[in-house]
Amino acid sequence: MSEKVSVFRKEHFNAAHRLFNPAWTDERNQQVFGKCALPNYHGHNYEMEVKVTGVPDQETGYVIDMKSLSDLIKKEIVQRFDHKNLNLDTEEFKHVNPTAENIVIAIYRLLRPHIDNRFDLQVRLYETPRNFVEYPVEGG
Amino acid sequence: MVYLTRMEHFNAAHKLYNPAWSKEENDEVFGKCANENWHGHNYDLYVTIKGNPDKDTGFLFDVKKLSLIIKQYVIEKLDHKNLNLDVDFMKEKMCSSENLVVGIWKELQPHLPRNVQLHCIKLYETPRICVEYFGEEER
Repeated sequence: MSEKVSVFRKEHFNAAHRLFNPAWTDERNQQVFGKCALPNYHGHNYEMEVKVTGVPDQETGYVIDMKSLSDLIKKEIVQRFDHKNLNLDTEEFKHVNPTAENIVIAIYRLLRPHIDNRFDLQVRLYETPRNFVEYPVEGG
Repeated sequence: MVYLTRMEHFNAAHKLYNPAWSKEENDEVFGKCANENWHGHNYDLYVTIKGNPDKDTGFLFDVKKLSLIIKQYVIEKLDHKNLNLDVDFMKEKMCSSENLVVGIWKELQPHLPRNVQLHCIKLYETPRICVEYFGEEER
């Protein structure tokens, strides 16, 4: 059997943030980011879906051990971001606006070195049940 | 008797921190929820009213009007806010979901028409944690 299979693991973290470009005036931030720019922060329950694609191992039948994938996401992502202020408490967003787009790229970059190169990795991040982003884009 | 529920949502930051306690006590009781720089949630709010359907409309109450009342008097005050710093009815209170749901009841109830009876407010802090309040005062 040589068909590729994608396996998914869901994890979540709760965090505060605000969207703010320090190079802009308060008025410009307000105009572009609206209530997301409010100075005292707001927050979300972020839900991640981490997708690993590869050929199942002949001996185990696994693409990747889901428990080890879960442990990796918890160690690299959840411990870093859960119950934190993304703007104030994390290295990743000290100088990067913590939009869902930038967060999903950061999650991918944190996970990628720990996942074997023979596997494809893709991350989907839900900021709310209605807003979600994906990275990297297939074929992109 | 029919129960009618409208769901609304808001996103907010908060922390659980008792200023009368030391940082160590707060960390011990509230754990990571005490993080001084806040964290946040997508809150889902379920407002349930009860009564008998009107003979002419078939409605308990116009659910669109209910939605507008919840938005005007509750969501406006909470959405994209810091619950500890920005919300008048949570001042001097611990920002737990328990206290928040009681606060929301007290904000909302006076703005409902007299013939609309508030039955329950249910507040989800995460998809896995929720509180309910039926307007019962402490005995």
